[in-house]
Amino acid sequence: MRALKGISSPRSRLLFLILLFLPFGWKAGAQDWVRTGTNLGAARIRLAAADFNPAAGDAQTPALKTTFDTTLYNDLNNAGIFDMVSKSMAPPVTPASPQQMNLAQWAAAPASAAMVAFGSLAATGGRLAVYGYLFDAKNPESPQILGKQYNEAASQDNARLIAHRFADEIITRLGGGISGIAETHIYYVAKRGGNKEIWQMDYDGQGQHAITHLGTLSLSPRVSPDNDRIAFASLERQGWAIRMFSLVLGRPVSFPSMVGNTLSPAWSSNGAKIAFSASRNGDPEIFTADANGANVKQITTFKGPDVSPTWNPKTSSQIAWCSGRTGLPQIYMMDSDGTSVQRMTDGGYATSPSWSPNGQFLAFAWNRKYGPGAPGGQDIYIMDIASKRWTQLTHDEGRQDFPSWSPDGRHIVFQREKGGGSEIWTMLADGTEQHRLTQGGDSMPNWSWK
Amino acid sequence: MRTLHHRHFASLIAVATLTFAAGCHKKAVPPPPPPPPEATSPAPTATISVTPDSINPGGGAVLAWKTTDATEISIDGIGTVNAYGTQNVTPADSTTYHLVARGPGGSTDATARLTVTAAAAPPSTGENMDENVFEQNVKPAFFDYDSYEIRPDAQTVLAQDASYLAAHPTLKVVIGGYCDDRGSAEYNLALGENRANAAKQALVNGGIAPDRIRTVSYGKEKQFCTQADEACWQQNRRAGFSLDR
Repeated sequence: MRALKGISSPRSRLLFLILLFLPFGWKAGAQDWVRTGTNLGAARIRLAAADFNPAAGDAQTPALKTTFDTTLYNDLNNAGIFDMVSKSMAPPVTPASPQQMNLAQWAAAPASAAMVAFGSLAATGGRLAVYGYLFDAKNPESPQILGKQYNEAASQDNARLIAHRFADEIITRLGGGISGIAETHIYYVAKRGGNKEIWQMDYDGQGQHAITHLGTLSLSPRVSPDNDRIAFASLERQGWAIRMFSLVLGRPVSFPSMVGNTLSPAWSSNGAKIAFSASRNGDPEIFTADANGANVKQITTFKGPDVSPTWNPKTSSQIAWCSGRTGLPQIYMMDSDGTSVQRMTDGGYATSPSWSPNGQFLAFAWNRKYGPGAPGGQDIYIMDIASKRWTQLTHDEGRQDFPSWSPDGRHIVFQREKGGGSEIWTMLADGTEQHRLTQGGDSMPNWSWK
Repeated sequence: MRTLHHRHFASLIAVATLTFAAGCHKKAVPPPPPPPPEATSPAPTATISVTPDSINPGGGAVLAWKTTDATEISIDGIGTVNAYGTQNVTPADSTTYHLVARGPGGSTDATARLTVTAAAAPPSTGENMDENVFEQNVKPAFFDYDSYEIRPDAQTVLAQDASYLAAHPTLKVVIGGYCDDRGSAEYNLALGENRANAAKQALVNGGIAPDRIRTVSYGKEKQFCTQADEACWQQNRRAGFSLDR
């Protein structure tokens, strides 16, 4: 590591890259603006997560400890800001408390950790008690950064939950104050038989379960910013209607039906408004309404399909959407009163925009060489809105659609269709570290706001 | 090498055609037999039809004609026309369209009458329509890729659909808009809405009251055919009709 230090200083690395990839120099540049804008940064902190000490727990403890250790390591590894010390390189010890911690052992090669997470876990009398610590290996005088205590009913779900909470504490502390996403959820559409229902899972694909049981086609789930309600479009006898499901009450709640088919709801980040597509006069246009369905306003009047609105979460005053007004669908942007319309994509087939939490980027699905008979090539892209510079995040892996940003802006969840199936995948917002969360007929993922 | 290539291509087409026929239950249409050789010039033939043959004031209909062995074809009130074709007509009063076809073998003529009704037909009550009969008479309109424009062939079909619905004034219909499975599911739901509505407009222009027609989009959620080829995609790009009970 140390020997490589010379080459990894920014200036010599740049020189190295220019010499090595002279014809592709622009590409390195493109990756840099993505990494900076998505809070992924350039340098990753070398972090070790020790297996927790089983303390003096009862017979339940080993199984819960396995779940906890695995979940904590994966959460930190998934965060996108750490260079994790692999378990095989970590010292074979399980310090239970600060007194048992020998930092030099962790700072030395091969672990070479800059930070160490460790602690103890014990199940006794049906309760699960966890003590978690984060130590700075470079500051042996005053190493403690975090000390946390958790106590919940002893269960597998709670072992995962506590690991998620502790991981999010570490990520918030070491990731520039941006909250981690280990406690977030993903809502999606699951095809079961001939029907499609709205489902929920943890951010890492665990705990998949059905939310709706409507026995029809339900699509486009969008969770409210307070995580209390899911808006979605459901096929009813009179056509497509926007419906609301209360996650608090565990049942559908009323939302007024509108004239014509209504599709693709989207929440403003303050939770006060929803935007959606409605075909009141037979031509789908973008509308806005208050969250209770009152105060309906039509804000576009373009011939052809207008659908898939997404609000700028930073301001709640702009909407990007997908319009077929000139033929193949393109991404457009406007103020939320319908003024200042601006086209963002310059051709191809561009759909399903999702606005990044910091307001800087649009993620969307784009097939740049789309045409009758053109093969594959529908990939996820992100575009820097101010410069309209874009970069392609997925390559040669079937057909991708419906990107949705994680609340920390570091991750994107999306739908991948490959070989007849449809799956939910996640990746870092620079396109790296793609991994599958579900399989079967799952589609249209939507990441919760917190 | 070239022959080999050719043969390979031909068998591909054969396989594609077979797959399509099996997958979509589409009957194979044999190519028309070549005309028998004639020593002398044959006499021209001509047919002309108008659908629907009865419209309400302000409505429209489609005139379709076909001739053979004619060099000069004209329709009274329209002028010289091609050997075959279609044209939208919107006469204010009942009209008889008279086509004359002349060729080296002589001349022939054909007529079609379009009645413009003074008032809407009296509603018959309690019509109990069989789904199969309905489907045989009210056929779907097909669309081009990523388009909701009514093509000439769809115009003809929709004119026939309108005429059937005009003759059965108690029927109410649902028009479903469908898309092939390429592209995005949300966008296709919106596009399907445009397709269903384009078909509705064609029926309304053909004299059918808008309150007899409901539209719903199925986007790419319901497919008639699941092969990944153009023949199949075409089957799926449609506005289809069902009875609204």
